[in-house]
Formats: sequence, C-alpha cells, structure tokens
Amino acid sequence: MDKRVTFSGWWLPMLLILPQLLITAIFFFWPAGQAIYQSAFMPDPFGLKTQFVGWDNFTFLFEDEYYLASFKTTAIFSLLVTALSMGVALWLALMADRIIKGSGTYRTLLIWPYAVAPAVAGVLWLFMFRPNVGLMSWYLDKVGYDWNHVLNDGQAMGLVVVASSWGRISYNFLFFLAGLQAVPKSVIEAAAIDGAHFWHRFRTIVFPLLAPTTFFLLVVNVVYAFFETFGVIHTITSGGPQQSTTIMVYKVYSDGFVGQDLGSSAAQSVVLLLIVGMLTIVQFKFIERKVHY
Amino acid sequence: MSGMVEKKGKAAWLVHLGLILGILVVCFPIYLAFIASTVSSGDLVRPPMPLLPGEHFIANYKEALFSGVNTPVWNMLLNSTIMALGIAIGKIIISLLSAFAIVYFRFPLRNVFFWLIFLTLMLPVEVRIVPTYEVVANFGMLNSYSGLILPLVASATATFLFRQFYLTVPDELAEAARVDGAGPMRFFVDILLPMSRTNIAALFVILFIYGWNQYLWPLLMTTDPDMNTIVMGIKQMFPSGDDLPNWPVIMATALLAMLPPVLVVVLMQNLFIKGLVDTEK
Repeated sequence: MDKRVTFSGWWLPMLLILPQLLITAIFFFWPAGQAIYQSAFMPDPFGLKTQFVGWDNFTFLFEDEYYLASFKTTAIFSLLVTALSMGVALWLALMADRIIKGSGTYRTLLIWPYAVAPAVAGVLWLFMFRPNVGLMSWYLDKVGYDWNHVLNDGQAMGLVVVASSWGRISYNFLFFLAGLQAVPKSVIEAAAIDGAHFWHRFRTIVFPLLAPTTFFLLVVNVVYAFFETFGVIHTITSGGPQQSTTIMVYKVYSDGFVGQDLGSSAAQSVVLLLIVGMLTIVQFKFIERKVHY
Repeated sequence: MSGMVEKKGKAAWLVHLGLILGILVVCFPIYLAFIASTVSSGDLVRPPMPLLPGEHFIANYKEALFSGVNTPVWNMLLNSTIMALGIAIGKIIISLLSAFAIVYFRFPLRNVFFWLIFLTLMLPVEVRIVPTYEVVANFGMLNSYSGLILPLVASATATFLFRQFYLTVPDELAEAARVDGAGPMRFFVDILLPMSRTNIAALFVILFIYGWNQYLWPLLMTTDPDMNTIVMGIKQMFPSGDDLPNWPVIMATALLAMLPPVLVVVLMQNLFIKGLVDTEK
C-alpha cells in the first residue's frame, strides 16, 4: 500500500530513518551476525584464542542431553502456561460477558495484574510457597502434602507455571472478552429461543466465532512463555532442581554468562533465532488470513 | 435488549459470585505481599503468617526506600523511571520519524530499509543477549543509562503502528500542505503529529510498562548496585547462602516496583486497551 501524494527529495527521508537504522544495525544485526559467527568457533581450553570448528557446536548441542531436555522442558512449560492462562481467562470472560451491569468494574479489577513484571510475580509466588514457612506450603503440610519445590522437580515446574500464567490471565481475559462481545447477540438470542442451553450455545455458536481470537492468543502466549518468562524462572528456581525448569532462553543465559561457554551459547542463540523466525511467520500468516475475512 | 441470554435473579447472582471469587484468587498474592510488607521479619518465620496488616508499615517502607539492601530503593525507582521513560520516548520518536520517511517519501533502498526494520521483530533481546552484551561492553556503556536504554529502543512494532496510521491519513491534507508551500517537516509537525496524539499516548502506556518491567537486560547491564533497576534489584536483595531474606523489606520493594505500572494501567485504562490491541495487530 502506498501514498499517492508524497514529498520529493531523498536526503531528508534518509536523515529521518537514520536513527532507527543505526540502532537496528548496531544492536540487532551486528549482535545477531556475531551470534551466527561465534557459533562456528570454540575457545581453546585456556580461553586465549578461538578456533574454527564449523558445525561442531551444533553437533555437541544436539548430543547434549541437558540441551535436549531443555527442549522438552520448554515444550511442557509453554503448553501448561498457555493452557492454564487461557483456560482461566476464558472462564472469567464468559462470566463477565453474561452480566449487563458492572462488567466494567470487573474488567478493571482483573486487568491490572498485567502490569506486574514477571520477575515480581515470581517473588510473590515464591513467598507463598517457601518450603515449610510459606502460607501455602504450611497449609499444604497441614493437609499432609509435603511441599518443597527446591528439591522436587514437578513442584518446581508447577510453581513456575502458575507464577508465569498468573499475570497473563489479564491479557487473555481482555482479548476473550472483546471477542465474546463481538459475537452478535441476535444469533445467541435466536438459539436461546430455540431452547439451546448455555453449553450448547457455547459449543456450536460462540466458540467457532471465537476461533480467530483463540488462535491469535495461542501464538502470542507461546511466544510469551518462550521468551518473557525468564524473570519468573530466575527468581523462583534459577533453572533447578537439576535443570528441571531450565527453558531454552534460561540455558542461553546460564551457559553464556554463568558457564562462559560462548560458542555453545551462540549456537543456542541461533537455534532460538530460527524458532522465533518460525513463530513470527505463523503469526504473520495468521494476520494475512484475518485481513481476507 | 431482552433478558433472554443475560441471567436474572439467582443465576445472575451465581455469575457475580464466580467473578468475585476469580478476582479474589487473582488478587490474593498481592494482598499477601501487602500484609508481609506491614509485619516484622519475626512474624514471617513463625507460620502461619498473619492475614491482617501489622504495625510495621511505615518502618518497612522507610527502611526499603532509604536504606534498602544493596542500594536504597528510591535510587532503583529513579533508575527504573529513567529507563522506562527513555525506552518509551525514544521508541516513539525514532518510529514516528522513520514511519514518516517510509510513507511520505520515495527514496532509494526504501523497501530494503523497511524489511530490515521488519526483521527486528524476529530478534528479541533474549535471543541475542551474549553478543549484544559484548557490543555494549565495547562501547563502554555497561552501568550506564544509555546502555540500559539504547539496545531496547529500536522497535518494528511502533514503526508499523505509525505506518498503518499514516496510511489512513487523507491524501488531501498532504496535498493542501504542498499547495500552501509548506515543507514536509512543517506538515509533519503541524498536521501529522497532532493527529497521532491518541496513538502516541496509547503506545506510550504499553511501552512504559514494557520498559519498566525489563529484567534480563538490566540484570546483565548493571553490575553496580547504584545502577540497578527496581524490577531486577529485588532478586539482588536476597542474601546468598543460608541467611534469611528480609521478607518485609523485600515485599515492600515488590509493591513499590509494581505501583507505577499498575497505576498507569488503571488510570489510563482506555488508552492501555487501545495500545494493547494496536500493538498486537
């Protein structure tokens, strides 16, 4: 799409676009190029010089059981975060959509956790589930359930999933509510007159009309779980116990900065780059399709 | 509208009850954090913790704000404010300008530049942390505001948003400006900017929250506690080893960390929702 009316000259537009191009070149393309370049090198044992190793970093990576485990961890984690945050949000949105008065107040009360940073959310949930003394763990102990996410893999995963989903409920709620309110009321009324009950109406009318919103949220939430939950994991588990909550982004950080294994970290960055690329294409395809409707 | 679908009486009551229950569950972690910020450390190591506010509210917030653990919290709040404002304003300015260039001019490599900016969508900071860190370190920008802000300022999303908006601006306006002999910058400042007001405000709300809530980047960038931002500084308040964390002060800090972005969302709710929908489209 182009403008019919434009201004002439080329140095002014160049000047206008220059700040963005400079920042993009220096902080995006140069580092991304470096990641690709470094992924083909490995430092010698003394860290004095690096040596060209071709695909070796990638070969090592895909033979490293911890790295393969981080794929699986990322998949499970993203799936759970997406399902939990979307499920709760849809449930709340369905209820908020059914009331006439006061839905604005409910919306206000439900959207503000969106503004709480993942890292802060991590601290709040960690506080409730501190082994032995946290409010939740203490009551769990009382009913005979031993809570210690510092030692127990499954509990650690459960805690980071809940903490990551929590703030996300607001976001999904907003989009679901907007989607539900766009469903023509007349169609639902007609179905109600025909005697269709709530769940029947939901399955046959509302949910199909909500499909574009749902698909959009699915992609966006997976992207969130992949990249924006670093703060939650760093504050609650630091990837443990035994790397059971080390998602891929966390591993890039821990191998690159804590372990100082730059070649491997760079190779992992390249793998992530490909994954983001694919997710972006999926998102873009979806937007294109939406435009056709 | 008839009440065929909306429930009345008892059923409506149940729906309200369900929503209130949902809100209570969602808000509970924050309520608990508030309680923890008003009691003494001693109250928190003897379970179960109290569920009503204690008497140490002023003492805890005073300790957090003016002494903190590594650095006073007011200092971290200041750093966060500078970073969030820098990112939000910086992104908006460079995007307004580059979108103007792309939409209103024909110049060599225009499409190439457009695609280069578009590609940055695929490069979140989490993916390129180690090499970006090295670039910033080589510029000597560790522990500086420019190091915190500049690498996060380029944004394809904002550029797209303004591009989309400019494309909806009637051509007659630019035509009229040209006939009147007004130059492009005059048109930009006098006509385009005032028309973009709502878009700028909506974007500002989203970008401010984005900047404020950054975690990984400040974590790498600021080794000097005086440069810590509040969101990443909270984790630094936990002692290493077996020492007990000072939970009341940590929780007071957590509440102070969420206050500015929460206020922005609640007070500017309509702009926030517009920004959210616009940036995700």
